[in-house]
Amino acid sequence: MSFPWAENYAPKHPFMKWMDEKLPLPRLVYNAVGAGYPVPRNLNYFWNFGVLAGVALTIQIITGIVLAMHYNTSADGAFMSVESIMRDVNGGWLLRYVHATGASMFFIVVYIHIFRGLYYGSYKAPREMVWLLGVVIFLLMMATAFMGYVLPWGQMSFWGAQVITGFFSAIPIVGDPIHTWLLGGFAPDNAALNRFFSLHYLLPFVIAGVIILHIWALHIPGSNNPTGVDVKGPQDTVPFHPYYTAKDGMGLGVFLIIFALFVFFAPNALGHPDNYIQANPLSTPAHIVPEWYFLPFYAILKSFTGNFLGIAAKLWGVMAMFGSILLLFFLPWIDSSPVRSANYRPAYRIAFFVLVLDVVALGYLGQAEPTAGVVMFSQLCAGYYFAHFLIILPIISAIEKTLPLPNSISESVLHGEAAEAAPIGMHSA
Amino acid sequence: MTRFLSILVGLGFLAALAWGFITSPHDASVETAAEVYHLQPKEVHFSFDGPFGKYDNEQLQRGFQVYKEVCSACHSMKLVAFRDLEGIGFSKPEVKAIAKQWPVEVPSINPDTGEAATRKALPSDYFPSPYANEVAARAANNNALPPDMSLLAKAREGGSHYIYSIVTGFQNQPADLIKRFPDSKTPTGLHYNPYFANLNIGMPPPLVADGQVTYADGKPATVDQMAQDVSAFLMWAAEPKLENRHRWGFVVVIYLLIATGLAYAAYRNIWRDQKH
Repeated sequence: MSFPWAENYAPKHPFMKWMDEKLPLPRLVYNAVGAGYPVPRNLNYFWNFGVLAGVALTIQIITGIVLAMHYNTSADGAFMSVESIMRDVNGGWLLRYVHATGASMFFIVVYIHIFRGLYYGSYKAPREMVWLLGVVIFLLMMATAFMGYVLPWGQMSFWGAQVITGFFSAIPIVGDPIHTWLLGGFAPDNAALNRFFSLHYLLPFVIAGVIILHIWALHIPGSNNPTGVDVKGPQDTVPFHPYYTAKDGMGLGVFLIIFALFVFFAPNALGHPDNYIQANPLSTPAHIVPEWYFLPFYAILKSFTGNFLGIAAKLWGVMAMFGSILLLFFLPWIDSSPVRSANYRPAYRIAFFVLVLDVVALGYLGQAEPTAGVVMFSQLCAGYYFAHFLIILPIISAIEKTLPLPNSISESVLHGEAAEAAPIGMHSA
Repeated sequence: MTRFLSILVGLGFLAALAWGFITSPHDASVETAAEVYHLQPKEVHFSFDGPFGKYDNEQLQRGFQVYKEVCSACHSMKLVAFRDLEGIGFSKPEVKAIAKQWPVEVPSINPDTGEAATRKALPSDYFPSPYANEVAARAANNNALPPDMSLLAKAREGGSHYIYSIVTGFQNQPADLIKRFPDSKTPTGLHYNPYFANLNIGMPPPLVADGQVTYADGKPATVDQMAQDVSAFLMWAAEPKLENRHRWGFVVVIYLLIATGLAYAAYRNIWRDQKH
């Protein structure tokens, strides 16, 4: 894999030579994230977010393993045990706030990573498999985050679980038995809490495994770049180490500063106050909302209000919500334009920025009181979401007149055309 | 083919949305009294606000006194133990005395007969609840349940500011409210308070007169002062590690700023001879 001019691993120390013969793990690392992996020289800061997502997962796993040592998986004891972590466990407040804030940080980083892929056409051939595995990771993350949010067994945990598992009862005929079977009861209780904990502990390791496949699949064609033009020769690339390890190190610092500001100075800003009330199956909160990173999908779910073609509104909502993510699996084939980067696709670029605004608007609408105006606006925004991927993209990719591409990465860089690499208005250093 | 199918599926979703749009009721919803008269928490400054905020132990001790003499008659605080009071500056013997003199005893068993009994609280005990269970609490409070206070300051939008506003926010129902919403007259047994989400709260005004509590430190106990003190105390009860968190945050952010500065310098240095 990778390019013929990639640097070769040549161990010098006798121990490393011995190691290379018996178990070439250092060689693997060298070729994956060391000097042995040539990377386009023109990557901008949006290419930092893959590494940041990996760091975020690592932080979640480490803090999560320690939290699990102090957590009590029972409907009676879960809430109390989380509070005892906050009050009595040494450094427990730090562990829990890092873990809770870390979930949000993981999602924000992954959302930027996904939108970077959408803007620069990283999902297109030859990187379809990278994209497909990425969508799998995203789905696993959503499942993990949802089940993790249930564990403290606060009011939003309980009622969130009630609403989300309720989706399964929207399935015709077999919905209710499936719902009961999945929960191990008629409503979330001990059985549900225990299986959620078990899966919440398992899935991050599955995510880690799929990330390895994601990176493996990436290393076969090599990284995309802001021009979207293929690498033509050694002048187009630099070795990953030290060039991008240095750049990622700097990006990591900025990420950790923002992370720390939330953890230490606004640890509850991204959560909901109701989750500090112990779960009470007899008292429904005035307003059930999921965590912020699910809000756009929640808005899509709620925007389908009419029974249509003999399918109930609720089922339409559930199909649309899952569909809004599943359609990403087909994106590499829906968008058949041979040009990758939106910098050379004027029509797609407009549609892309409208999509960004649309998703932000859906996020706002997801938490708003469902007044008539909010529902109408959600219908409009949900409509654009589906139209963008399923209707506008196929049409644009057929009729768009794209701009002339640079001949090569190095030419674009040497001509000082940094502006053509960064998205509009965002210039890379 | 993919494109054709994709457009077809897209149109299907759009049609379902459009159908929902056409069939859903579009008449503006009727205004309720709560939408018009509900107020956001009052502006009040606490010593722990902001990134450098710290608790004021004298204030927390006064707030504890208000909790002990007023709130604890109805509100439990199950997640806080007497020993935790050392965190607001009480000495070990003082904590022991507070536990021993607590008016509600801790459920226990008679060591000879095994029958249910009670005993005096110890520093290791959590604050005993004023009611045996939820039914008893509701029965004594006109069917309203006084919420547990351990996490109240984190379980309400606005936190300690909200608690302060509720405690000082009781008033007569405005005449124009009843004129505008004749059906929204505060029911008997409830109390009008515009800072409460639905305007009518089950709790009667808890702090009614200056000097209701005689502060041990001699501070004049105005209603406003007592309300501020107890709100501060409840913030501490909900988030006892706040000071620790702020202090560590300061150190961590400074460290990260330096580390990121160095990382930036390393990045510039490594890339100095590369066009990119």
